[in-house]
Amino acid sequence: MATQRKGIEVSIAMADAVAQANVDVIAAYPITPQTHIVEHLSEIVANGELDAEYVPVESEHSAMSVCCGSSAVGARTFTSTSSQGLALMAEIFYIAASMRLPMVMALANRSLSGPLSIWNDHTDTMMVRDAGWIHIFVENGQECYDNVFCGFRISEDPDIMLPLAINLDGFILTHMIEPVIYEDNETIRKYLPDVRMKNALHPDNPVSMGCFAMPEIYTEAQMSREHGVRNSYPTIVKAWQEWGDLTGRYYKPVETYRADDADYCIVTMGSYGETAMEVVDALREEGEKVGVVKIRLWRPFPFDDFRKAVLGKKSLIVIDRAISFGGPGGPVATELRSALYGKPGAPTIVNYVAGLAGRDVSRNDFKNIILEGKAKAEKGETDGFTLYGLRG
Amino acid sequence: MAKPMEKITWQELEAGSVVTEIGNARQYETGSWRSERPVVEARQCIKCGVCWLFCPDSCIVKAPDGHFEADLTYCKGCGICAKECPVGCITMISEEG
Repeated sequence: MATQRKGIEVSIAMADAVAQANVDVIAAYPITPQTHIVEHLSEIVANGELDAEYVPVESEHSAMSVCCGSSAVGARTFTSTSSQGLALMAEIFYIAASMRLPMVMALANRSLSGPLSIWNDHTDTMMVRDAGWIHIFVENGQECYDNVFCGFRISEDPDIMLPLAINLDGFILTHMIEPVIYEDNETIRKYLPDVRMKNALHPDNPVSMGCFAMPEIYTEAQMSREHGVRNSYPTIVKAWQEWGDLTGRYYKPVETYRADDADYCIVTMGSYGETAMEVVDALREEGEKVGVVKIRLWRPFPFDDFRKAVLGKKSLIVIDRAISFGGPGGPVATELRSALYGKPGAPTIVNYVAGLAGRDVSRNDFKNIILEGKAKAEKGETDGFTLYGLRG
Repeated sequence: MAKPMEKITWQELEAGSVVTEIGNARQYETGSWRSERPVVEARQCIKCGVCWLFCPDSCIVKAPDGHFEADLTYCKGCGICAKECPVGCITMISEEG
């Protein structure tokens, strides 16, 4: 088994991973900051290095429609988008999940308009939180590369059959040059079987997909979806475990750092986890008993793992990257409060919304957030949310 | 024949609510909410089949003598057959009264 360590832009590494996964169809429309991923894939296909259909569609709505069609015939399908592109896809995004069509999307997270902005936060992905896709958040370039293979493996598993989004922070990850370990194709083939779709469209086995549902059956159809997403959990854990056994890089639905004996934990999703770990190291040296809890699997939400990681702590300082206007807090904090409500030993939650539309959150800002959050928790100021760094 | 829709449990649905039984739309009796029905004057019918061709629900059938009429189990009463009939032998009659 030969691996290769490369210094490479994360978007290019992700495109290389998609090619190594031997994808059959790529349909995407370029949008910042996702563009380099599909741009590089179009080069790979045009150069004859990958036997795949690259469909240069006229809009994201069409991109997702093409993906549904290709997935329905049992083709391995990839797409990528961001922000306004995701908004334009939204109609078909929901339908892909409802029809249980496996595919992998690299969702390069970017703020939604308006005001118009091209920079990174999580407002785009939160818009489609309830669509019925599997959502994974990654922290660095290696995780982007690895989760392409894990993503296809999970999405196409005959027990799952759900579309899957890999959420990677726009620019912070997409445009970063990082060291990434490439696995050889033999390892990938061992890990990732061919698509096996029970009800793929084929003239020999006619089926109807995407039918309308009367009130008599719609509720049952939704329960079938709910069961599908919730029950994907053990297969996801197994797929990550097996990837770890092959490569030595293990992933879990909830990951912790110096959290076991911590009184206070900072909770992050995505690339902020890396900075949080560094800041926690520094604060530990100053005698603060703090740790990091990172949510990698957002849907299905890993309730048991999360509770196991945090019950008994004094407080959680939760960083959200999106606002729910007029609501109880950022979407992550809101869900965590709900997951802990009424549980014995539940920590209180202090919620910060930070880093909107790419505003930099430095190590010093993380330190401020943790120490300020701790002080708020001690004073019992745990309602609502605070917009970090707001002027005025 | 599959179960009627209102008897199917969520566990019995295929993933993605894929329908694997061919032609089961037949079980859905779309004629139950019709407000007008087409009545054919068989003696005037020239047996051209235009109504059969235009019917959006494919519910026009051929009678033993060769003229065409609607299967009222499925006919929604849209009136397209009456509109398209070249000899005007189809009349839409109200279901009320």
